[in-house]
Amino acid sequence: MTTDTQSRFARIWDSDIMWSFRHSPVAIVAGFVVALIALAAVFAPWLAPTNPYDPSQLNLMDGFTAPMEPNAFTGNSYILGTDNQGRDVLSTILYGTRISLFVGLSAVLFAMVLGITLGLIAGYRGGWVDGLLMRIADVQLSFPSILIALLIFGVARGLIPPAYRETMAIWVLIVAIGLSDWVQFARVVRGATMVEKSKEYVQAARVVGAHPAKILIRHILPNVMGPVLVIGTIGLALAIIAEATLSFLGVGVPPTQPSLGTLIRIGQQYLFSGEWWILLFPSIALLALALSVNLLGDWLRDALNPRLR
Amino acid sequence: MTAISFRTGLGGALRMASVSALALGLGLAAASAETIRWARVGDALTLDPHSQNEGPTHTLAHHIYETLVGRATDGSLTPRLAVEWGIHPDDSTVWVFTLRDGVTFHDGSALTAEDVVFSLNRARGETSDMKGLHAGVVDVTAPDAMTVHIKTEGPAPLYVQNLTNTFIMSKAWAEANDALTAQDFAAGEENFAVRNANGTGPYTLVERDPEVRTVLQVFEGHWDDAPQVTEIIYTPIAEAATRVAALLSGEVDIVQDVPVQDIARLEQTDGLKVEFGPENRTIFFAYDMGSEDLLTASVDGNPFANPLVREAMHMAVDRDAIRQVVMRGQSLPTGVTMPPFVNGWTEELDAYSAPDIERAQALMAEAGYADGFSVDLHTPNDRYLNDEAISQALVGMLARIGINVNLVSQTRSMHFPLIQNRETDFYLLGWGVPTFDSQYVFDFLVHSTEGARGGWNGSRYSNPEVDALIQAMAVETDLDARDAMIADVWAQLQEDRVFLPIHNQTLAYAMREGINLAVHPENQPAMSDVTFD
Amino acid sequence: MLAFILRRILQSLVVMLVVALVSFALFRYVGDPISTMMGQEATIADREALRERLGLNDPFIVQFFDFVSRAVQGDFGISYRLQQPVMELILSRLPATLELALVSGVLAFVFGVGFGVYTALNRRGWLSTTIMSVSLIGVSLPTFLIGVLLIWLFAVELQWLPSFGRGEVVDLGSWWSTGFLTPSGRASLILPAITLGLYQMTLIMRLVRAEMLEVLRTDYIKFARARGLSNRAIHFGHALKNTMVPVITITGLQLGAIIAFAIITETVFQWPGVGALFINSVRFVDVPVMAAYLMLIAVIFVVINLIVDLLYYAVDPRLRVERAGAGH
Repeated sequence: MTTDTQSRFARIWDSDIMWSFRHSPVAIVAGFVVALIALAAVFAPWLAPTNPYDPSQLNLMDGFTAPMEPNAFTGNSYILGTDNQGRDVLSTILYGTRISLFVGLSAVLFAMVLGITLGLIAGYRGGWVDGLLMRIADVQLSFPSILIALLIFGVARGLIPPAYRETMAIWVLIVAIGLSDWVQFARVVRGATMVEKSKEYVQAARVVGAHPAKILIRHILPNVMGPVLVIGTIGLALAIIAEATLSFLGVGVPPTQPSLGTLIRIGQQYLFSGEWWILLFPSIALLALALSVNLLGDWLRDALNPRLR
Repeated sequence: MTAISFRTGLGGALRMASVSALALGLGLAAASAETIRWARVGDALTLDPHSQNEGPTHTLAHHIYETLVGRATDGSLTPRLAVEWGIHPDDSTVWVFTLRDGVTFHDGSALTAEDVVFSLNRARGETSDMKGLHAGVVDVTAPDAMTVHIKTEGPAPLYVQNLTNTFIMSKAWAEANDALTAQDFAAGEENFAVRNANGTGPYTLVERDPEVRTVLQVFEGHWDDAPQVTEIIYTPIAEAATRVAALLSGEVDIVQDVPVQDIARLEQTDGLKVEFGPENRTIFFAYDMGSEDLLTASVDGNPFANPLVREAMHMAVDRDAIRQVVMRGQSLPTGVTMPPFVNGWTEELDAYSAPDIERAQALMAEAGYADGFSVDLHTPNDRYLNDEAISQALVGMLARIGINVNLVSQTRSMHFPLIQNRETDFYLLGWGVPTFDSQYVFDFLVHSTEGARGGWNGSRYSNPEVDALIQAMAVETDLDARDAMIADVWAQLQEDRVFLPIHNQTLAYAMREGINLAVHPENQPAMSDVTFD
Repeated sequence: MLAFILRRILQSLVVMLVVALVSFALFRYVGDPISTMMGQEATIADREALRERLGLNDPFIVQFFDFVSRAVQGDFGISYRLQQPVMELILSRLPATLELALVSGVLAFVFGVGFGVYTALNRRGWLSTTIMSVSLIGVSLPTFLIGVLLIWLFAVELQWLPSFGRGEVVDLGSWWSTGFLTPSGRASLILPAITLGLYQMTLIMRLVRAEMLEVLRTDYIKFARARGLSNRAIHFGHALKNTMVPVITITGLQLGAIIAFAIITETVFQWPGVGALFINSVRFVDVPVMAAYLMLIAVIFVVINLIVDLLYYAVDPRLRVERAGAGH
């Protein structure tokens, strides 16, 4: 990256973005919530009253304790109650958010890098490269993401030595979700690139002999960031939710280390039976997180788009 | 309680607002007294009576087809198509069955011994899934129109127990429709018997849309007293919440597979009630105690081979806590891997001790595992009531004695092959005993893996003395001597701590008030038994 | 144009082959069909015999070739689970899924474009803010939870709508059954269609809004304004038309996503479609049904992609030139 581009990014960061942020109350609130949740997730081990991932600390008899009420057997009381295994819901939300955020961010990043790269190449090069990549996309799209996850899980089961399987489960999940998502980025970037590349400025850059990669990154990429960010922001929430959906189908992180989505999956079993807190609090946490990320994305899209300024 | 007031408060307000909407009518009106809308988790896989040896398939088949002998709700045998049965007085390898007079198939033809011979041979056929229960049979004959002889390789004193799910078809009907054998998956064609039926049972098939809707109508020509239920609409609903919702909203009358956490809510709902009963199924953990090394252990060697470790694990388990919290009180904790229905069960075997963590920790130290070890535990998450939650609870209990368990939770089609192929060190399994005799447990779970025996012996338990006893009891006709052998085997198994039993499952059926239906120990309720208040 | 279509059809055949190959490779990992097909009394020898009869011991490539050669004749074998011919089984479930997908797709497109245009034109109105926020809540929760919550509210508490199934269906001809013609059939469609369409609606709405906002600020629109065209003509004749390229891409892609997500929705609502059939087949390792389902999905996708590409041609003339240039 040249010093020229660096200074350009620095200029944007110093002036416009921050200015826009300061003048958007929604962005400030959403940013605050995202920062708060992210910090709480990062510092979960220090913030949480208990460690819900340490099975030796759990007492099964604490299970189904209502919020702020002492348990009928143990007398223990928890601010947000406990789940079906006697885990403190507050601690589990903190730890679970950590996992959900990590899975979501990593999966979207993976999908975004893969999708943008392939989309740019397909859209710019056209011809057989485009044909091949888009056919791969078709093949990929014809598999429901659930099945891709099953496949990767199955292959991982065969390839990873037993001792590492549990630690690898989360990476397998990230790749599974990320792989099921890249096509969206690629298709949009390809479509936009096909439109952009016929425009005069790209043709002009070509004529003066600029390297194709440079043209792509410097001229086309900024122009396709709008739709990419729309997909990316919803994609983050989607990735977190996809993790929950997979867990609903019985595939995902180990139940002894629940993510936010796993907690919701567990909680929905108690919708009719009266233990509303197991579902309600994790759902609020997920909602707050996804909503804020989306709102922040909305703002970011407006702020980053040179034509909207 | 906050929980209840929150829910009923909101729900009540919504309900008041909805009175007028209900009047719009959605066809949710209660069905007439004679029709039962019956929902359970899964559908029968096929109507072919010999093609799948599986609970829901048999349950539906019992309404359309009949067996020689039936199973009452207390587990005893009852006459059905056979009115009398016994071992031949001159030949201990022959079972004699006398058929019921005046039985007709739904197409009007009369039942004869030829139909029974045909059906039993069909059930023994290559493509039948029932053949395992008839492996010892060498010949089936009909000396006269109302008598059937079944000859076995050696004396088979308990063979009749294997007949409660083997259904009798019409030979002429099967011939006419080219359904002489059970569905052959390699044939590439659907067997006529898969979606059509001609039995002698109390109901005839009216409509069959697999996994959507099956409608049965009472069979006027049935030999027994006419049942009160004249029409059955059977609907599988896979999702637990949806199934419960369908009952709460009045769209079905009986729900067979009720999640334990929803029982209290259903009991408190006006117009609904829940029936309980023990199921013939024990939930337990087993571990590889026979191999040199484990696949997933963090230490060399096999800790489960050490009796002290097995003893410590038994002491660490708090079965009452699992019953109280995970099962919401809906289970019968046990110290042995068989339900009380089974011949060989005693109260002494069933007893279990309270957890003693300190003693268990001491035993672990004595065994040389003061620092503990880690190992994978495999559990299904869609097979038994709260299977995953039970395994999770065990993880917490074992953590306290230093056994660090990695829980691998997966669907049944991934879980069971691990046990069959001996690819798991430590696993959860539920075992029902359809013959109601200990021999069934020993044959599959205890005997060394040889021939037809030991298929599910994932413990890799191998004890020549026990194997010899199991083989001897199979042909022992003196029932007292046989019971003594059974007791000896159980004593040895309990001493060796071959299994880590947790509880016997309890079944709950939820239904509209005014319907009477008792829980069946094999989870095979018959709608012909339903009575109305 | 014709050459383009022909080439795409040829490519599609390759796609189908690859899908078949990949799905075949995958089936070895989803479990063992034998263990679910046989009762617990089956011996190891029995299991081995069935495995042999089904050809599961054959080398991978032999199984694959066997599958393809039968599949081209429309023969996908017998379901391991329901023992019926697979083609017949899938065809009998297809109407349920297609009707559900159609209703939710139309809902998503109509409300998505409508709300998108409205919120773009009235950026700061309270109604726009409300629409934007409420739609976000809908996509911030997992589909299964939304479905269960809808059932709880509308079926259990309010008792307005059925909680499961398709209601009463009417047979049209020999292989299509429709729920559109009966009151209970239409009532049964509402909750699953909302559950399934909510996410797609939000996505389309946000995309339309974003694209509209962008287009409205371009010089092209400013010129149109300067020329004195009415707001209506500018908004719908120019701005909306120009947002259609990405919207069509996404909508096309979302049709596929609808079918993928139908797996969850159908499971929650016990909707007798191909999605529920597929999930049950995965749990049972019913390989013939899984293979046929994946081939069906591949066909649908290939067709959708073809249509999307053709629509691109119709909407954006520049692409036509480009394609013609690349296609020689």
